Amino acid sequence: MDNLIASPHALEDQELMPGETVVHEPHTLLPQHRHHFETEEQQREAGSFGMWLFLLTEIMFFGGMFFAYLLYRNWYYPAFAVASNQLNVPEGAINTAILITSGFCMALGVWAAEVRKKKFLVLMLVLTTVFGVAFLGVKVDEYHEKYEHHHIPGASFSIAEFVNPAAYHIDERPLSPDMAQHTQLFFFLYFAMTGMHALHMIIGIGILGWLIWRANRGEFSTGYVAPIENFGLYWHFVDIVWLFLFPLLYLINRHLAH
Amino acid sequence: MASNPHTDVHDPANITNPEHAEHHIVTPFQYGLVFLTLLVFTGITVGAAYVNLGPMNPVIALLIASFKAVVVILFFMHVRWQSRLIKMTIGAGFFTFLVLITMTLSDYISRAWGLW
Repeated sequence: MDNLIASPHALEDQELMPGETVVHEPHTLLPQHRHHFETEEQQREAGSFGMWLFLLTEIMFFGGMFFAYLLYRNWYYPAFAVASNQLNVPEGAINTAILITSGFCMALGVWAAEVRKKKFLVLMLVLTTVFGVAFLGVKVDEYHEKYEHHHIPGASFSIAEFVNPAAYHIDERPLSPDMAQHTQLFFFLYFAMTGMHALHMIIGIGILGWLIWRANRGEFSTGYVAPIENFGLYWHFVDIVWLFLFPLLYLINRHLAH
Repeated sequence: MASNPHTDVHDPANITNPEHAEHHIVTPFQYGLVFLTLLVFTGITVGAAYVNLGPMNPVIALLIASFKAVVVILFFMHVRWQSRLIKMTIGAGFFTFLVLITMTLSDYISRAWGLW
């Protein structure tokens, strides 16, 4: 069994009787095995544990932005409702499906590494990347739409659509100029949250390229699954963030549109 | 799953496998079911958004999102088959997150108490 770390440490600690010699059990040590772990299970456990601690800090990081959204949404509800309704639901929904598909491919990749199917693993990692890039492509289109409508916070932001929606064929109640200014806050949070999510995906796609290269060399098809598994945890975490971003940013005011 | 000499042997000192973690391989069929569930609930959440449920709209959207997140965590992220240590850690992390949200919200909600 090539996943075995035979540990002779207990023997070495014993005091030896005169004339006695230490009999080392044969090591079946693979490069990925670290000597400070007693067993393969312990190493895997420690790796998953560390990865989860990192992901929990990520939850706190995104959580700060989700909290800001929650608070300002309650303070400036009319602005948030109208601004939210300007987002592109079909593109958001398609992106959700694309991201779920990407996550599904990633999950199949972990399975392929477990059962040591090299070609299938590489294929699944490539598909994970392809769907990840497709997601970013749709995102770029959405950002461009915001640019055209002057919905990007800052000097070129325009409240015209919100104070006089009828002139722009937008079926919403007009906002006072003061409240309309607060739509900037929504769009700021929209760009901050989806942008930070997209940054995580770009980093993930970079790591995926590296993993594909290594998987192609056969590094993950001889029982060494940890890098694939831990990257999978990261990728699924990024999916989960989007599963919350999509309804909160795009959907929850749709029933108010007239 | 195949028998594992590390987990199967009698190990009273907890040396070979201190977490008693059984290594579990999730099958593609199980992943497929999770994938379908996630797609179906994405459809449901979009559909539900256009029905006027009053204050229940965001509640339902968040419930569906939370359900999907739990499904991803349990199956795609294998937490269902992880050791108690990892389950407890994740649970504690989410609990801490909820505490932070609740404490901060209680501050904002109560700031203007008595002023109106």
